[in-house]
Parts: sequence; structure tokens; C-alpha cells
Amino acid sequence: MSEMKELLRLLGELDDQLVGCMRCGMCQAVCPIYGQSGREADVARGKIALLEGLAHELVKDPQGVQDKVTRCLLCGSCAANCPSGVKALDIFLKARVILTGYLGLSSVKKAIFRGMLVKPKLFNRLLGMASMFQGLFTSPVNDIIGSSCSRFLEPVLGDRHLMLLAKTPLHKEVPSMDTPAGKSGLKVAFFPGCLADKIFPRVGHAVLKVLNHHGVGVFMPEGQACCGIPALSSGDRESYEKLVRANLAVFAAGKFDALVTPCATCTSTMKKIWPMMSEGMSASEQAALRELSAKIMDVNAFVVDKLGLAAPEPNADAVSVTVHDPCHLKKSLGVSAQPRTVLSLNPHYKVTEMAASDACCGCGGSFTLAYADMSAKIGQQKRDNIKNTGAQVVAMGCPACMLQISDMLSRNGDRVSVKHPMELYAEGL
Amino acid sequence: MNDALIKEFEALVGKENVMESESDRFSYAYDAAVLEPVMPALVVRPESREALGKLVKLCNDNGLPITVRGSGTNLSGGTIPSKGGVVILTNALNKIIEINEADLYAVVEPGVLTARFATEVAARGLFYPPDPGSQAVSTLGGNVAENAGGLRGLKYGVTKDYVMGVDFFNVDGELVKSGSRTVKCVTGLNLAGLMVGSEGTLGVFEKLILKLTPPPLAAKAMMAIFDDVAKASETVAAIIAAKIVPATLEFMDNFTIRTVEDFAHAGLPVDAQALLLIEVDGHPGQVADEAEKVEAICKQMGALRIQVAKDAAERNKVWEARRAALSALARVSPTTVLEDATVPRSQIPAMMHALGGIASKYKLTIGTFGHAGDGNLHPTILTDRRNKEEWHRVEAAIDEIFDVALSLGGTLSGEHGIGLAKSKYMEKETNKATVLFSRRLKKALDPKGILNPGKIIGE
Repeated sequence: MSEMKELLRLLGELDDQLVGCMRCGMCQAVCPIYGQSGREADVARGKIALLEGLAHELVKDPQGVQDKVTRCLLCGSCAANCPSGVKALDIFLKARVILTGYLGLSSVKKAIFRGMLVKPKLFNRLLGMASMFQGLFTSPVNDIIGSSCSRFLEPVLGDRHLMLLAKTPLHKEVPSMDTPAGKSGLKVAFFPGCLADKIFPRVGHAVLKVLNHHGVGVFMPEGQACCGIPALSSGDRESYEKLVRANLAVFAAGKFDALVTPCATCTSTMKKIWPMMSEGMSASEQAALRELSAKIMDVNAFVVDKLGLAAPEPNADAVSVTVHDPCHLKKSLGVSAQPRTVLSLNPHYKVTEMAASDACCGCGGSFTLAYADMSAKIGQQKRDNIKNTGAQVVAMGCPACMLQISDMLSRNGDRVSVKHPMELYAEGL
Repeated sequence: MNDALIKEFEALVGKENVMESESDRFSYAYDAAVLEPVMPALVVRPESREALGKLVKLCNDNGLPITVRGSGTNLSGGTIPSKGGVVILTNALNKIIEINEADLYAVVEPGVLTARFATEVAARGLFYPPDPGSQAVSTLGGNVAENAGGLRGLKYGVTKDYVMGVDFFNVDGELVKSGSRTVKCVTGLNLAGLMVGSEGTLGVFEKLILKLTPPPLAAKAMMAIFDDVAKASETVAAIIAAKIVPATLEFMDNFTIRTVEDFAHAGLPVDAQALLLIEVDGHPGQVADEAEKVEAICKQMGALRIQVAKDAAERNKVWEARRAALSALARVSPTTVLEDATVPRSQIPAMMHALGGIASKYKLTIGTFGHAGDGNLHPTILTDRRNKEEWHRVEAAIDEIFDVALSLGGTLSGEHGIGLAKSKYMEKETNKATVLFSRRLKKALDPKGILNPGKIIGE
């Protein structure tokens, strides 16, 4: 009973944000999930109404509300399109924390977040072991994309086409780095993020190659932790805060002009969500967090805006690349021109636009595991748009989107390679 | 609702299209009106027109109220299931059945989105003019049920001017046909006309026949800036008196101008007391001629400045400012009450004067913008519905806005509908006999009172 009161009190604190929704329903036009299901509880207006209903005791079933609130890609399309400026994404993250606090975290998630993710060394070791054995259970399926299938893991992963863990993750080859600013006069901290470290180390290497080429000093400390978004989006504030603190500690040791990441989701989490979800931290931690957060940049934006690079005319026989705009890059950070410029820095490539390049790919982190069918339906539209351009390459500044889009293209038997813009640029250096 | 009955609904539309959990039902308890939510007992989403008819019969047989819902964007509570019962969603009935380019009509299912339809029509070189503010998400069925308007009302009319026929289910689930695919049709009672604006109280739409037109070949937009609201409203009357009917003739008051400028930084003149945003369209020769005349009239009537859009980008900028009006106002305070009391256009100066008085009498912030050309202003009250004392003043102010509009020979609603929000005022505008006539009509067509009960004509 007292717990219920506490739930109502915490939801009441969201009231000032919830009340701004005027129920106009314009979010229906852009929500990828509503576009598939046509169900009001899938769109931001419905979720906000449910949270308000729960806060005002018009709705009595917190579990039912939690189920609706988590059926969300956190893509931010609704917030970016909201006429009255409701910060839907902030609301949904806070609501997940509040509801998980009341309902508890599932034991699987507890084991993953609290047993593993918050301990970066253990996490690395476990995945390192997994990478040695994964070949036994999987077989390669598409050599252009590099994807595999697994009959053995089908009960868990369905008919997904997987990108396997890299044989050698980035942190094995480059455990740490601290080089001074070169001819650019700039030094950056480099945060590869879990996926660029463990599944796409080629992206991490590409970034380091480009930075080195332009004389940018790099500070890459050991012991980097996950940015925290998987824990937070499951409502696990405790693990989330541990991860943020771990990262604050390792980056406090360096001096740098910007902190760059090749992952749209990590960038947007560290830049936008860290300051928003910091009230549980001490004043000095909050100050450190704000200082670090202000320096965080998408690596494409750094290369174009800070190094001032401009693309040359493409070669006559340049290869067509179509560009997907990750939600956390374009809708959250307003970065969409820079990834196109970065890949065009290599005259061997030119951009061919697809329809709805900023439509969500359907990944949404653990959404793709929890709602595999919905995720695949949304992903199939993205795949069709990519395929319709006839491009041989699709580029995007987000390894999570790369996983989803690799899966969708591979399932369709398409021979389109999936790249980060920095990889395409680095190829020509 | 008992399990046996739920099973019957599941048999009609499939288990996946029947929603009975509290969280699903609560998400259909509201629409865009500022009213208290009411939860339905069940929500169903038919995927075929046949199933829709059977659902209506099943509800009638069991005396269950039906609220048909498209996208739930109406501003008068028309889709709030105030008596509980069953919400029937139309958004899976979204086929454009036919677009006939030779005979200039289209046949659609009720759940087709307005903007999607307009785009499909435009791709064939034709034009569907009604453009309600919610067109990106609103359904055509909802537009017909509410007789939705939009920015182009002055020259092109509103939804009712584009409805050639409505086929609908009566309460027994039988299909009733009305109207035709021809320009002229006097066969039988004008049942299609009866359905337009009926807000789901008389029948359930099965399909709609809509009129299309060729698009205008050219358009020119301009912005006229005034230091006096009266001058701006007199200019509206002068343009019409000169026998020019612009496609769009929009008004913004000083509060709205300042709020839009704060929000969108569109370079609007913040010291102007009023803006008119005007667009003329048609044949290029006519457009050039009319634009020149409109400019001259604005000058003559005392406009401080007139900015004529030189190209598409500048034209877009003019309309961006107008499109931003509601967004900008909505951000000022938690609750936005968007009214649409409408007066004969010659009464706009009097209406504007009265609105100023009401705002100061009730100590409220009211921004006014809207369709000056057709007398359909949107006084927008910025408030916080959680503040009980202020909310009482808001309600009193709304009553007074209606009184003034009616005393000026106007109407309660130009385009938002009566729904729940304004049904209590119906008799004020009409009379007892009118309400009684409407209730008898409904009673005859819907003896059990299951079709969206409580809307328009009350109980």
C-alpha cells in the first residue's frame, strides 16, 4: 500500500511534463510502431494518457501501463514532431525507472545488468569467451554483409541473421591510447561504445585511422563502461548510475577538447540523457558530468564541424551509397548532413538518397528482442527503401542500426554492404 | 462485459482485434477536447467493411453504445465514449477504393488518412481541397462526421462541399446507400447530407464518395501588417467587397504574433497589432491581377507594410508562420483551449473587440488567430486545467464567447463540431423545436440510443 503511494508520488512529479500533452494526436503521423499496429497505446499520446491516468488513479494496473510504456523504440520521432513541445522521451525514460522501481526488475535483466554489464572487465571476459565458441553454433549466410544464422539459438533469437562477436575486439588490439594533439591542434577522448568495440571493431579502427591522419591526439582510457542506456531503458537506475560513474572516473584522467563516439545512441545518451537523469548523483558528480557531457560529439560532426573538412567532387565511376539517418543522430542531435559529407570525403563514393531516410530502422535496443515481429516489420520497410535506391552500400552513424539493417538485408538475401561513414572515408586514406 | 459476448466480438473481427485490458481501453477514453476521459467497455478494430456492419448489429442486439473512432483528433469530445460501451476503430478500413480521373470523384473507406488521400489525388493531377489542421493524421470518415473545415474554406468550401455520397450501416447492420457518382443526383432524400456532421449519431459510415477538382495552376501569397485590429478586419471585408475570393485569408492578433516570433523566429513584426496572411490562386493571369488588387486594397485600408512572396520559399515562409501559431501558443501554458465560434465576416471587428473585453474581464490570456475570410476565428485560451479557480473563469469566458458570437448572428462551431463540449448550448443558437426535431429523428433511426449517445443533442 505504502509502495503504491510512493508510485503515485513519483508519477505526480512527472505531472508538469505530462500535462503539456494537448492530446492533438499528431504523434500518430510519425510513430513507427503506431504505423504498424494502429493502436493508440503504442503512440506517445496514448502512453502519456496512461501515465496520467495511473498518476490520478483512473488506471489501477501499473503492470499494464508498464507493458505499454516499454513497447516503444525510444526513437524520439514523437518528441521531434510534437506541436506543443512535450519531451516524450524524457517522460518515458523516467516512467520506466519509476515503474520498474515499483514492479521490480526481471531476474534475467538483473543478471545481465547487475551481474555483468556494470563490471566492464568481467563483461569483456565473458564476451571474449563467447566469441571463441559462437562459430560452433552458427553458420555464415551472407559474405557481403558478414552475417550468420543459428539453428541452435533459434528458440532465443528466432530467424534473425546475426552479426557475430568479433574475434578480436577493439580493446584487445588497442587497450588504451594517449597521444598528443598533432597538426590539427586538437585532442579528443574516444569512446567506441560496446558495439564498435565488440562487434564492429572495424569501425573503431576506422575512427582511429582518420583521427591519426588529421593529426588529432587521442585519449582512450582502459576500463570504459557501457553508456548506460540498456540499463536505463529497462528502468534499472542503479546499474545505469554505476555505469555513468565508471565512465566519469576513467575520462576524468585526461585532458581533451571533445569526446567523440561513432555510436549515435551512445552520443545522444551521454549528451542528452546523462544531464537529464543526474538528480540522484552528488553535486560534484553532477558538475563533472555536465562538463563532460558538454564535450560529447558524434564523430562525423567532429570531422566536419571541428576539422572543417569539405567533400571533393566524386569520381566519374563513384559507387552509390545510400544513407540511413539514425533516430538518435538526426532527431535527437540534429546531425544529418555531416555523415553524408564524411563518406563523400572519399571521392570513390557518392550519396544516393533513399525514401524516408530518417524513418526508424526498428532496432530500439532490446525492443528488437522483446518485440521481434514488430521490429522486423519496421525493419523491412527500411530494407525496401534501401533496396529501391539500387545502392551497393548503405551507411549510417550508429552500430545498433548497423546490426538491425544487416539482419534485415541478410534475411532478404540482399548483397548490400553495411558501413559506418567513417569506414568509407578511412578506406581512401 | 461477459466472456460469452467478448467471444462473439472475437468471432467477428479476430481475437487480435479485440482489446479488453484496462490499459488498452483507457487509451480510447479521450480525444483532443479538454474534457474528462471515460473508458469504454471494449475496443474493436474491424479489418473489413462486412465485419463493421456485423459489429453494429451485435452492439444493437445487446444494447451496447457505439462510439466510432478514426484518429481521435476532434476538439469537441465527439469520440469520448461517454456512456461506455464499444469503441469501433476505423483505422484498419483504409483502402482508397477508386480514384476516377474522368468523372472527378473518389470512393474511399472511412479510415483513409486525409493527407494520404490528398497526396494520392495530387499524384494524379487532381485536387481535394479540405485541409483541416489535423490532416496529417485525421481520417476522411472523421472529417465527414465532423464536417471538418480548414484554411481553404473561404474559396473552396469545407468537407460537406465534397461529399457526393455516403453508404452507411443502420443500427441493424443493414447497408443504406445515398448519393451517387454523378454531379447531379436527386434520387431520394438527401441522406448523405444528413450524415455529414452527424458525429456518428445516425449511422456508421461504410464508404464515402468524394468530389475532386482540377488544382489551381498558380498561387501568390502575401503578408499585410496593421497597427490596428479594426483596420485589418475592415480590409477583409473590403477584399470580398471587391469581388475577390482569396483561397486563404488568415488573421493573427498581436499576442499570437509575439508568441510565434518567440518560438519560430520567423522575422514577424512584433509591434504589429494584426497580420493578414493572404493567398490568391487560380489561372496565372487571374492570380497576377488579383494579387495586385489585393495589395492595393490593403494599402488603401491603411496597412503599414505589405510583403509579397516572390518565390516558393518566401511563400512557404508566410505559411510557416501561420502553421506555427497553434504550436507556439500551446507551449505557453499546460492547457490550450482552442475555440471556434464563428461570426459573419463583417462582424469580425466586433468579435475581436468583444474577445479583448472577455480576456480582461476574466483575467485570462487569449491569443486569437484563424480564418478571418470566413469569420471563423480561433480564440485560444492559455491556461492550466489543474488550477480549479482559473478553470472556472475559463468556463465562464467560453460561455460569454458563445453569447457574443450568437448575438452577432454567428454560430457555436465553425468546424470543430458540437460533440459533448457544446451540446448544452445547442438550444441557445437554435430553439427547443430544433433540438426536439433532431432528437425525434435520432429516436426513429436509433430506438435504443446506441449510436454515440449524448453527442450534439444531449440525452
